[in-house]
Amino acid sequence: MLHEPATHAGKDPAGPYKMRLGVWMFIFYALFYAGFVAINLLSPQAMGAIVFAGLNLATVYGMALIIVAFIEALIYNAMCSKKEAELERKAPKGKKAASKSNKKGRA
Amino acid sequence: MAIFVFVAFVVFVVGLSLYLGNKAKTSSGYYAAGGNIHWGVNGIAFAGDYLSAASFLGICGLIATVGYDGFLYSIGYLAGWIVALFVVAEPLKKLGKYTFTDAVDAKYNSRGIKLAAAVSTLVVSICYLIPQMVGAGVLVEPLLGIPHAWGVMMVGAIVITIVATAGMASTTYVQFLKGALLIVFSSVLVGAVVIRGLSTMPDQGGAVPFYKYSHIEATKADGKIQAASVDLLEQIDIKGGLTFVRLNHDGREAWWYASETDGTVTLKESQSVVAKANGKWINGAPESEENQLRQVGNLEKVRGQTNIEPVSMSLFEFLAAITDKDTIVRTWKNASFINSAGEKVTVYYPHDVAGDRIMRPGLKFKVEGTLLERLDFLSLMLALFLGTAALPHILIRYYTVSSPASARKSTIVAIAAIGFFYILTLFMGLGAMVSGTMNPADSNMAAPLLARSFGELLFAIISAIAFATVLGTVSGLIVAASGAVAHDLFDRYFQIKMDDRQKVMAGKVSAFAIGGIAIVLGIIFKGMNVSFLVGLAFAVAASANLPAIVMLLFWKKTTARGIAASIVVGIVSSLVLIALSPELFTLYGMNPLDAPIPFSNPGIFSIPLSFITLVAVSLLTQKKETAAA
Repeated sequence: MLHEPATHAGKDPAGPYKMRLGVWMFIFYALFYAGFVAINLLSPQAMGAIVFAGLNLATVYGMALIIVAFIEALIYNAMCSKKEAELERKAPKGKKAASKSNKKGRA
Repeated sequence: MAIFVFVAFVVFVVGLSLYLGNKAKTSSGYYAAGGNIHWGVNGIAFAGDYLSAASFLGICGLIATVGYDGFLYSIGYLAGWIVALFVVAEPLKKLGKYTFTDAVDAKYNSRGIKLAAAVSTLVVSICYLIPQMVGAGVLVEPLLGIPHAWGVMMVGAIVITIVATAGMASTTYVQFLKGALLIVFSSVLVGAVVIRGLSTMPDQGGAVPFYKYSHIEATKADGKIQAASVDLLEQIDIKGGLTFVRLNHDGREAWWYASETDGTVTLKESQSVVAKANGKWINGAPESEENQLRQVGNLEKVRGQTNIEPVSMSLFEFLAAITDKDTIVRTWKNASFINSAGEKVTVYYPHDVAGDRIMRPGLKFKVEGTLLERLDFLSLMLALFLGTAALPHILIRYYTVSSPASARKSTIVAIAAIGFFYILTLFMGLGAMVSGTMNPADSNMAAPLLARSFGELLFAIISAIAFATVLGTVSGLIVAASGAVAHDLFDRYFQIKMDDRQKVMAGKVSAFAIGGIAIVLGIIFKGMNVSFLVGLAFAVAASANLPAIVMLLFWKKTTARGIAASIVVGIVSSLVLIALSPELFTLYGMNPLDAPIPFSNPGIFSIPLSFITLVAVSLLTQKKETAAA
């Protein structure tokens, strides 16, 4: 017998959508991060170029990596929540309870 | 003041733990706080768990000494949360129960996975525990005036009390409190830094007069330095082309740095510690309460101007002024050698760097260096990116919320809180670098010493928060490690029959044992670089755990043997590569150039190796496991 999770999440109809979305958003961010590492390795002097309000590319790109992470996280959450609500509305009455427990869960 | 704030915090935390004690009477209560923590609280607790002593003390100290290169850690540590949010958060919440092992083993119920994942949790947690405990000793020593070992024991005792009384419930609230306080008061500190502004003669708000270091022009003939105005008593040339001279200046014998640029030699006043038979001598006089190393760090020029009085500025103006190519930052380096009397001498000497050089990578990580040096940088950035989502003490926090959606939302709160804090580290580190508040012998105290320049109250609060930082992270690590021992090994691997009450008791006993081990390791590893050990934990976690998590979720042909093999290969390969690295050879007291592995960060080899192992073993064991199923 398998070791059951502490919280029974129920079936998550939005699961495949969220996984696909997560993978695409991860790829976007990974490329953005890879760009930062690549500039450092291939053209480190370029990091010293002043690009905005007296700040250089290193500072602006570094801050952007932090801020973009947060913006992406908000977009991801909004899209996931919207999809969860949409599928919950469409789900037959019996399945709604399971879907709801995935969304809100129980202790 | 500092002692009062510190004691008040400890009393509050222990009281809270005792109050929450009744929530840890079941396994679910002990390991997962009953799974009903609000996602907002959990998100800030994530920040409290994650922002360890390495983040607060280590990164600020690193930025204060090497500029932008320290901020690379902030960027990498935060970027890792993207992997946690988009790839790991919800699936892990659905699969797991109390521990990381539960999640990777959920589909297989394999003894091999249980053993490998539990060992991995222990290895990663202990790698992470050592620097926290060392950091605790470093912090408590000057704060309470007690020896390092007693500081470590005291921290260990408090953390064991927190974990053993209420497990994950008290750990969560301690982390929440610490995370919130850290962010609020770091913001206050950054606000104070930019309001005070930049100056070429920082005097800590008038509290500590600015000390102007002298310099003397000299000449060099046949390798011998000569100066007309002073008596040169001794000259030492050390490896790397550095030259130091002992001279008599203002009636005091001291070591100065001989800087040579374009054939011109300048003797620069430095600071020195000489280990004599009758005790330490600092700057040419016996060490005493009054005679200590002076705090350092200032701007020699701001946008090409000298004698700049402090002027308030905006956050952007603060960064832009330091970034300017005509701004000169005085940083401090150190070198050690044996003098003609056979005494060990450590000299802390000034090193002026242009602002535009400070504010881009390269002072620590040689991005303009050899191929191997660049590879080392790439390896570090890879481990930081992939390590977060593989840290067991972070992953178990997903079990404390009620649903996968709550896991997702708490990760977003964590990203907001942690990202905001990491932006603050740049200002705190640079603030410490230019405010005349750096201890040249220990960069770890950069943030608390910067706070002290704004008065005793802020120093007391920041020091207490730094201490809370250690408590919060160590508590999380001990919960994770005790879960690996009591739940994964005793209960699940060895299948020792226990009722729920006995399982909780096993967890508490494990917490005591691991807390005891942490105390011993914290004393043994005194003086070791804390940031390096945390980097090591990230590399081991990314190599051992991440391939298992990712392939379990995204590759249907993954088998139990594949997962177990990849975890073992990830642990062994990363630890072996680290053990044979130049950094560890220095620690062994050997020549780092003799190290068989020429880089310090193993991730670029051990992470792909672990992935390849998982794929190869899974493909080789397809039929066997299908038949067994």
